[in-house]
Amino acid sequence: MDKIGRFGEFGGQYVPETVMTAVHELEEAYNKYKDDPDFNKELQSLYHDYANRPSMLYYAEKMTKDLGGAKVYIKREDLNHTGAHKINNVLGQILLAKKMGKRRVIAETGAGQHGVATATVCALMGLECEVYMGKTDMERQSLNVYRMNLLGAKVTGVNSGTSTLKDAINEAFRDWCSNIDTTFYCIGSVMGPHPYPTMVRDFQKVISAEIKSQLMEKEGKLPDAVFACVGGGSNAMGAFYNFIDDKSVRLIGAEAAGRGIDTPDHAATVAKGSVGIFHGMKSLFLQNEYGQIDPVYSISAGLDYPGVGPEHAYLNSIGRAEYVDITDKEAVHAFEYLSKTEGIIPAIESSHAVAAALKIIPNMDKKQIAVINLSGRGDKDVYSIARYRGVNINEE
Amino acid sequence: MKNRIDSCFEQLKAKNKKALITFITAGDPDMTVTEKNIMEMLDNGSDIIEIGVPFSDPIAEGTTIQKASLRALSGGTNLDIIFDMVRNLRKQTQKPLVLMMYVNTIFKFGTEKFFGLCKECEIDGVIVPDLPFEERDEIQAYADQNDIYNIYLVSPTSHERIEMISKEAKGFLYIVSSLGVTGTREKITTDLNYLLEPIRNGNHCPCCIGFGISDGEQAKKIADYCDGAIMGSAIVEIVEKYGKDSPVHVGEFIRSVRNTLDN
Repeated sequence: MDKIGRFGEFGGQYVPETVMTAVHELEEAYNKYKDDPDFNKELQSLYHDYANRPSMLYYAEKMTKDLGGAKVYIKREDLNHTGAHKINNVLGQILLAKKMGKRRVIAETGAGQHGVATATVCALMGLECEVYMGKTDMERQSLNVYRMNLLGAKVTGVNSGTSTLKDAINEAFRDWCSNIDTTFYCIGSVMGPHPYPTMVRDFQKVISAEIKSQLMEKEGKLPDAVFACVGGGSNAMGAFYNFIDDKSVRLIGAEAAGRGIDTPDHAATVAKGSVGIFHGMKSLFLQNEYGQIDPVYSISAGLDYPGVGPEHAYLNSIGRAEYVDITDKEAVHAFEYLSKTEGIIPAIESSHAVAAALKIIPNMDKKQIAVINLSGRGDKDVYSIARYRGVNINEE
Repeated sequence: MKNRIDSCFEQLKAKNKKALITFITAGDPDMTVTEKNIMEMLDNGSDIIEIGVPFSDPIAEGTTIQKASLRALSGGTNLDIIFDMVRNLRKQTQKPLVLMMYVNTIFKFGTEKFFGLCKECEIDGVIVPDLPFEERDEIQAYADQNDIYNIYLVSPTSHERIEMISKEAKGFLYIVSSLGVTGTREKITTDLNYLLEPIRNGNHCPCCIGFGISDGEQAKKIADYCDGAIMGSAIVEIVEKYGKDSPVHVGEFIRSVRNTLDN
């Protein structure tokens, strides 16, 4: 990082004045607690006893044989409590919110995984919780809406713009501006104004720390490639972070190409975006020549975002990480492939990482090792995949 | 040449009057109506016009201006067309015109090109609600080179930041009256005396209060604390209601606000 809150030219703190004091308070609190032994002890015990960490690193033998390339390991973030990597970040942030004396937590959510994780930890810690979610996403992820309600959170539908993740973030920002004294904004990805991209990455980097030690134990070496899907990019930053200095490890992010990156219906920010300033950060965004943010599309509500975290923009700019585009069709195929081959139903988001692995692993050497970060489980997606396949599984 | 904003406040001070600063979203419902609305506002007592450049995702705006931005964008409004309108306006008025816009609409357009055009079209200032003081370097040098004021905002949460920001303020300091986003409010509950305390002492530029001012009475009350009142959503609501027929109604509204403010 070049200067505070920057990754090369990316990052920064582009927020309204009303939020500046809160952003500074958060920065101060985070700096105070991040190396505090008591805070970390508490967080570690929550990771272990509540969230079921460490997550397993599973050798996918059938998949390895089938693909005939590198040895495939799957990092089972899908087995965490609440079913995705999102809980890692939420436990960290809400523990921090508690220390800061905040009574109310707000969050945005796309697929609903971050919303569910936030609602879960708020229930655990006795905090009021309101989750903003685009109306379109509420329809395609109705199961998660019900889960959040069950956990005692209020889910507020957002009808503006494209009624998806970006609009939910806009509305959460507006709420934060209105309730700044009482409210902690728990951002779900490595995005937003500093310190969020750094803080969220720090709460997620446990993923790559575990991969490293687990693989060292099993194979006695580093992986040759790490695959992760990228929307805002938190599971990918978590899976990449501890390998950034290990130059032999290929870091491969899978972006959502929707109906194809040559159509308007995709969310492939690194492939098709340009540098802009939005949602508090300088990064890559899908936008027109006048800086209006493009409507984006993906079958996956969690990757349906027109931007990417600033550290990814940076890793891309220096060529340290590579980003590939995966279409809906390829992701759905990977969803079904992993279900049938390994008996693991992946989230449609994580299926993008699996799809990238299916393309690249066959070309790798048999002596090499690839790790797929399986960021979430796919129970929530079964309805929409069935619908995609033209199968009606409604009970009525 | 002296910045028109400075001349404006000097003239107002000499007449012992408060500034009335009014906002309108460019291109709502189309550019012709916007141009008429701006001239109506100036002819009926507005001192400074804030021309809102519509943005797809205006995070500092309440629903009124969000909807106006969408109407404007769906009609094809863009920065080039807005500059064309400003050129036309400059044939009709020498009053201060400022652009209110989100930082991405400057950055993506090209910051250098943007401020060059501002100078050419005789824009006097910009207000960028998502560009805080600490990130001002993003535009400040270009603004300074072209004699365009970058107008800073302070809010009820600014506390000790107020002094730092007001020291460097030019044109006027935009005081955000309340927490939250733009939009008319029944009452402004912020302790404005407390908010303005750090600014009162010391040699500073004029301070104007905005966010939530819905009518002349409120504008007058607010202006008692400072050098002027800023109104936005109340005007955009009239445009929303009357569309192409809005200019006469906007003019009437501004005239009544001006009368209340002056008496």
